[in-house]
Amino acid sequence: MDTCIQKIREIAFQLLDKKEVEKVIGFSNGTIPMATSPITIASKQDTEKLVFNSTCGLNLANYIRQQKGKIAVIAKGCDSRNIVTHIIENQVKRDQIYIIGVPCKGMINKSKIKALFEDDILKFTEDGDTLIVESSSKKEKLNKKEYLRDNCRLCQHRNPVIYDVLAGEPVEEQVLDVPYPDVEKIAALDADARWLHFQELTKNCIRCYACRNACPLCYCPTCFVDESGPQWVGKGQDKTDVNTFHFLRAFHCAGRCTDCGACAEACPMDINVRDFTRKLNKDAFDMFGWEAGLDQTKRPPLDAYSPDDPNDFIK
Amino acid sequence: MKFITIDKKNWAKGIEKSRETYRLFGPVKDKNGSFIRDLENDMLPDMNCHDSVLSVKSVLFPQTEKILFTTLDESKEDHHIMKRVPADTRQRAVVGIQPYDAKAIQLVKLNFDTDDYRDPYWCDAYEATTFVGVGINKPGPFDFSTSAGTGPFSETGLDVLMADLDNAYLAKVLTDKGGAFMASCGFDTIADEKESRALFDILRKEAEKNIRSQVDTGKLKDKTVLELHEAPFWDDIAFSCINCGTCTFVCPTCWCFDIQDEAKQKSAGRFRNWDTCMSPLFTKHATGHNPRDSKTQRVRQRFMHKLKYFLDKYDQGIMCVGCGRCVKSCPVNIDIREVCNIMNSYEKKE
Repeated sequence: MDTCIQKIREIAFQLLDKKEVEKVIGFSNGTIPMATSPITIASKQDTEKLVFNSTCGLNLANYIRQQKGKIAVIAKGCDSRNIVTHIIENQVKRDQIYIIGVPCKGMINKSKIKALFEDDILKFTEDGDTLIVESSSKKEKLNKKEYLRDNCRLCQHRNPVIYDVLAGEPVEEQVLDVPYPDVEKIAALDADARWLHFQELTKNCIRCYACRNACPLCYCPTCFVDESGPQWVGKGQDKTDVNTFHFLRAFHCAGRCTDCGACAEACPMDINVRDFTRKLNKDAFDMFGWEAGLDQTKRPPLDAYSPDDPNDFIK
Repeated sequence: MKFITIDKKNWAKGIEKSRETYRLFGPVKDKNGSFIRDLENDMLPDMNCHDSVLSVKSVLFPQTEKILFTTLDESKEDHHIMKRVPADTRQRAVVGIQPYDAKAIQLVKLNFDTDDYRDPYWCDAYEATTFVGVGINKPGPFDFSTSAGTGPFSETGLDVLMADLDNAYLAKVLTDKGGAFMASCGFDTIADEKESRALFDILRKEAEKNIRSQVDTGKLKDKTVLELHEAPFWDDIAFSCINCGTCTFVCPTCWCFDIQDEAKQKSAGRFRNWDTCMSPLFTKHATGHNPRDSKTQRVRQRFMHKLKYFLDKYDQGIMCVGCGRCVKSCPVNIDIREVCNIMNSYEKKE
């Protein structure tokens, strides 16, 4: 996948050189191993700073709202689906965004890799499908496929669904017989065990809102948890309040979430908040045959009336 | 100065014994990382933990703390009159902490315990607490403590500093509080002072040698606030920021809080919660005016407070102990070491 980077830089250089866009939003190298950071490039000389690798787990669609002029953005499959969602929800105009699509073979699960080491990781490099990870005590060569993030393992839209240019050859899409094994596993628990699962899940939440703020869907000018008149939710660490935040945020994402994994990626407590959103994605698929962000011309199911609606109450 | 040797075989028994006097806190491994927790019976502090996700600050300054309460029942004479939640004055000991976390407590103290104001909640907790640190023999790549005015064997703010010697701990008793804690554990094997001092010295030097990262802070003091405030680099630094509260919550020196009143039926409470300058709500005025409406302004506030305003106000170095938690946890890899160096080396173009 890193072969794309030369192409990405060339495209970015050309766009800035010909003044077709005012800036390019992409990823730059981080200051620590396994980290990359979103960056905006406004000068063609700086396009060398752009990188793209298996650590670019955030969603750049989160950075394209409220930008002035035409901008270019680097988009994986999931980022492109969130751009579609932004267009449907009037957050950006299609002609304002130049999409540099990147076919994606998945991003790595950083926590899973960190867990292999007792000490801190000092160096991380990729060679095709091999990840080379070093700490001061050992060096591991890992098969990337085994260390993908859960959402990437279960991804069925690795190629951008919308783009102006592709920076690499399309990759083969995965077709999964069971696209939601995780949801089924939780659903199979009895009510008490299920409740316990979610209690455990949010136990360490510090309400930093990294999940919400990394999410391209969460662009409300004032989130319901921040509202003070009326105040819907307590702001402390009371369990009910913490859970209310997570439950309601997930519901707000119903039929909109692309399972890009940025929420779980951003969480400093390693909470897999996708356990909430995935269930709603599955419901949207089972009930409405809907996957978010695939088609600019279709309204999301919770945003439209249809005589085919499976629920009786609406007819 | 007293030094005590503790055979690791006696460690658990001693810690257990201290419970007669102390409520214990310490690092505990969880599936999501290590956390400083209230150590329930039979739980021991994880003495090998040098990277708790959150710092010790929560022992004195919990993320949510009920400070006042009242009744809304108007048939009661004292309805709507706020009273203090009784202070928990039991002795506490927090055991196995990173030494620089104790230095951080001293920086936080500058805010909660001043000549004009004494925050009763924080100060009462502080006075009840004994801090037992363990030196970090092998500092990790995120540690830049030596250039932030502390270090892996820093003693500031600690009551006891311990060194891990494989089969034993060597404890340096720094205060009377520390001596009392050791006595409550029944640890009383006095070690030779001269030898112990030399050993600590070797361990400290060895550990400090392993620290690879640093910040330059020497020129911050001589720059004017406006020079830095108006510097051109803030937009670039702030671009990737998602304005979550991670950096401020994991920070051992961030002390800002927000007050919230909550009522349930006839009882009401006043709580204080950690606040974060990254949030658009932070210090937002009741008029609707927001002094820091944009992301860049908020990011600038955090770094200016830590690296310039604090330095100017207290003349005690930067408001950072170099633990590296924010560097490690930031979802978008904004690195305070880089920002500090950019600020320190910035020269305004005429």
